[in-house]
Amino acid sequence: MGQIFPRNANLFVRVSIFAGLLLATTLVLLIGVYFRSNTYRQVNVAIEQPVPYSHQLHADTLGIDCRYCHVSVEQSAFANIPATETCMTCHSQIKTNSDQLAPVRASYASGDPVLWERVHRLPDFVFFNHSIHVNKGIGCSECHGRVDQMPVVWQEQAFFMGFCLDCHRNPENYVRPVEEVYNMEYIHPANQRELGAQLVAEYGIMPVDQLTNCWICHR
Amino acid sequence: MMQTQSQNVFRRVLRHSWIALFALLLSGCHFDMYNQPRLDTYEPSSFFADGRASRPNVEGALAMNAVYYDEYFRTGLVDGVPGDELPVELTRELLERGQAQFNIWCAVCHGEAGFGQSVIAQRGGIVPANFHQQRLRDASLGHFFNIMTVGVYRGDPAQGGYQSMFSYATRISVEDRWAIAAYIRALQLSQNPTIDDVPSAER
Repeated sequence: MGQIFPRNANLFVRVSIFAGLLLATTLVLLIGVYFRSNTYRQVNVAIEQPVPYSHQLHADTLGIDCRYCHVSVEQSAFANIPATETCMTCHSQIKTNSDQLAPVRASYASGDPVLWERVHRLPDFVFFNHSIHVNKGIGCSECHGRVDQMPVVWQEQAFFMGFCLDCHRNPENYVRPVEEVYNMEYIHPANQRELGAQLVAEYGIMPVDQLTNCWICHR
Repeated sequence: MMQTQSQNVFRRVLRHSWIALFALLLSGCHFDMYNQPRLDTYEPSSFFADGRASRPNVEGALAMNAVYYDEYFRTGLVDGVPGDELPVELTRELLERGQAQFNIWCAVCHGEAGFGQSVIAQRGGIVPANFHQQRLRDASLGHFFNIMTVGVYRGDPAQGGYQSMFSYATRISVEDRWAIAAYIRALQLSQNPTIDDVPSAER
């Protein structure tokens, strides 16, 4: 019986071993890149809501404070989505015939909540507390970006653990005076590190070895 | 001969053991830590008929740690009439707290100076009260607290009347409502000072 494969097929076999290894590595990398991509994480993807509520109009043009609607942000771990009553405080008198506000009026009449789409999700093993952050000088825009410039809200950060740790390792780079927490236009001054170190001491922010402890976020 | 055969089988099993290893690896991918069997804020649930995990408040429920001194502290009314007393101590901190809260809740319509002029009022649709009119300068402190607590009705709701200002009782804590009432009084005084209000050393 003659040989089926020519002699140079040996080279093909050798190359294909390396090619196979390369392919496997590339696949693993591609999967890794995909799960870290903005597409998978829904970063910078505007989420359509049942009511076309514009933060740009309400927060920027009208100048309504964040806390007018997100009441519980200073006291609670969770920054609440406003109750329908909050919308109706104004919209029982303003734009009462607007079609776009029909779901709000229906909700107010029936008592069923408006089904807002969630924009920011955290895994259940991460415990983020809004109140401690806003009360110790971490501004809204630090994580959420310029929400006052968003006609439709999107997620500004991918919220990788590295994003959280960056600040927990160097809080002095991000802390601002508490009066400026809800100022969306705040820009860190040139002497941020000095000012930050001063504020970290003043607000009694934990030392970095405690801030980076696992139990700070994972419980 | 028998021995080699069993050795062959052993080798064959060994050769395919990577499948088992791979399966073991895949079984490590699960989401039960990511999505734990508990209900978070606003998470839907099929347990209750309305599909909500959180329950609405029972009528008259007080928040944990809510301060309850007496009826006047919570309503601003003495026998149904607004009282003029501040049930908490008047301090600089109280007025500053009142200012901060006023600027969140009240200034959007009434304006930061309390003249009833604001971006929202300018765009039409609502006519917020001017705190510097004589009627409100004469009003007692409890009046402002009570308005924040129950809201304002224009006309009888049964006959086409409507609520021109909603109650803020669910949004502003009792202490903060008193702080805002005190700050409104301070705003009123700021707009109508006399020379007697200036310390003699500053005149």
